[in-house]
Amino acid sequence: MNTATTSPALALDIRDASLELGDGDARVRALDSVWLQVEPGEFVAIVGPSGSGKSSLLAVAGALTHADSGTVRVHGTELGALSGNAAARFRRDTIGFVFQSGNLIPALTAADQLRLVGRLAGNRAVDPAPLLKAVGMSARADHRPGQLSGGERQRVGIARALVNAPTLLLGDEPTAALDRARSHEVVRVLAEQAHESNVAVVMVTHDHDVLEHCDRVLEMVDGRLSPAA
Amino acid sequence: MTGVQSLSAPASVRLEIGVMMFLALRELRFARGRFTLMGVVIALIAVLVVLLSGLSSGLVNDGVSGLKSMPATAFAFDEGTITDNAFSRSLVDGEQLATWQEAEGVEQAEPMGVSIVNGTTDSDQQIDMTLFGIEPGGFLEPELSSGSPVGADLGGIVVSETAKSEGLDIGTVITLDRIGLELTVVGFTEGQSTFGHVDVAYLPIDTWRLIASNTAQPGAPTAAEIAALDYDYSSVVALRTPASTDLGAIDDAAGTMTMTRTESFNASPGYEAETLTLTMIQVFLYAICALVVGAFFTVWTIQRTGEIAILRAVGASRGYLLRDSIAQAAILLVGFTAVGVAAGVGFGAIMPDAMPFDLEAGPIAVASILTVVLGLIGAVLAVVRISRIDPLTALGGQR
Ligand SMILES: Nc1ncnc2c1ncn2[C@@H]1O[C@H](COP(=O)(O)OP(=O)(O)O)[C@@H](O)[C@H]1O
Ligand SMILES: [Mg+2]
Repeated sequence: MNTATTSPALALDIRDASLELGDGDARVRALDSVWLQVEPGEFVAIVGPSGSGKSSLLAVAGALTHADSGTVRVHGTELGALSGNAAARFRRDTIGFVFQSGNLIPALTAADQLRLVGRLAGNRAVDPAPLLKAVGMSARADHRPGQLSGGERQRVGIARALVNAPTLLLGDEPTAALDRARSHEVVRVLAEQAHESNVAVVMVTHDHDVLEHCDRVLEMVDGRLSPAA
Repeated sequence: MTGVQSLSAPASVRLEIGVMMFLALRELRFARGRFTLMGVVIALIAVLVVLLSGLSSGLVNDGVSGLKSMPATAFAFDEGTITDNAFSRSLVDGEQLATWQEAEGVEQAEPMGVSIVNGTTDSDQQIDMTLFGIEPGGFLEPELSSGSPVGADLGGIVVSETAKSEGLDIGTVITLDRIGLELTVVGFTEGQSTFGHVDVAYLPIDTWRLIASNTAQPGAPTAAEIAALDYDYSSVVALRTPASTDLGAIDDAAGTMTMTRTESFNASPGYEAETLTLTMIQVFLYAICALVVGAFFTVWTIQRTGEIAILRAVGASRGYLLRDSIAQAAILLVGFTAVGVAAGVGFGAIMPDAMPFDLEAGPIAVASILTVVLGLIGAVLAVVRISRIDPLTALGGQR
């Protein structure tokens, strides 16, 4: 990346970011002067009521949308300066997304989900086996999403997020569809990424049970972020 | 990842295709039921397109193959002749002919007589023929597949090879209805030579003039009858000229109007009406192909909205997703069009002889390409909506 870098030490550096969504009467302030700094290797959890702006925060941190004001930097790259395709390339090379329900491509087997994401980055030689093994899905490599349970899909989704070796991993309620035991398993994989591979992880969750794996817990209320009580 | 930038252009193109086909092919396989359904419709359209193309070629050949096989580049008609059936309506006199023959830049100018007649063979079979009166030994003389050329015998005719299937043979005598003039088959043309859906019979222009002047007597034409003939008309002047010649100027001098050979097709009976009808049906089919394929890919793309948002979120560019979807449509169209064309050619081979149906590689290739291209246009218009899908929608929660 050739964009100006100012604070490369931080994996994620959000300063005074605000975001409004919707039009007219439906206009809401999804983010209200949010500040958030995350170090490489740190696992941050964000909790808060539904509609409080948690997904919006991830969208801004993950270069899916631009904040209306403030700055958002990932490893020093100012996301506000990225155009549509540059943002897509940045997401591909730097950011891993774990979605609420795995969000896999129905036509692809578990292994092919990983291969496709590798190929998008020009890496034809992706070997899905080690990543699938890491999430305990080796035996299911040739299954399509329709043949997998919710927890299995979620684990494939995590493996897929790791294919291009992202340095910032964003999870939007990754355990929402899982039972307790599975939730712990999935969050443990994320924690491993943070603590053993030095990846910065920001995870939105409703699930207070899994917070024990996290280094820091923040609370979002009405678009404002503050340390959790 | 940095390796991508350093790849040479052809290698990165190959890489693109590899990446592109990766998803397109797997989705084709995954949703094979839906794609097969669509493919069968495409194949059926292709069958129809091939059959129409064969019918169209067949009608054209039936209508004007006699003109198509002629070495003439243009025909001069009497000024003011209306286009419909112009060949048998037009009459040009000796002076008009002479003007053309003397004009600069005209390589060949010969009289040609055209009339459609009814006759009866010596085995009592009724047949229709188009008489082409030509100068024996002239440039309009047809290629022969058997027999001898026009001219040695005043009553000798060279008939389209296709007339053999109606029982004509060398030596068959045909008596023209009402007139009683007897003509004898002396040869057959090389290949089909028909005009206005009836077989062409070439005969000496003098014999044609005998018939046209209403002075023919029953029985075979004689030299004495020809000698007594004071009639220098023909239907048209057949011309061979280089493209550079200004035909309009000679037309003005001769009191004629010239049509190129291709333009003159419209002057043969029924030609314009038939080809217009078929062309219109073909245009409708292509439009249907574009609409049906477009509708299918619209629905398909809407179904894929969620996964496209995910792919965008994990870093696929708009261009990549568009190329992937268009490649998918192209595979579908090319594959099933090929199946349909093969089936259409198969049907064509078992068409009854009586049907004017000719499978010709050129028109079939054009029809296949148009089916694929129109289908692709429909698909492209449908999948461009991909570029409006917001990757933001991949995130869960309220969205
Ligand atoms: N596309 C949108 N248009 C308008 N308002 C939206 C849109 N997406 C979300 N919102 C609103 O923005 C606020 C924050 O939403 P979101 O970030 O999804 O919250 P959370 O993830 O915490 O549930 C909510 O009030 C929601 O209704
Ligand atoms: Mg949400």
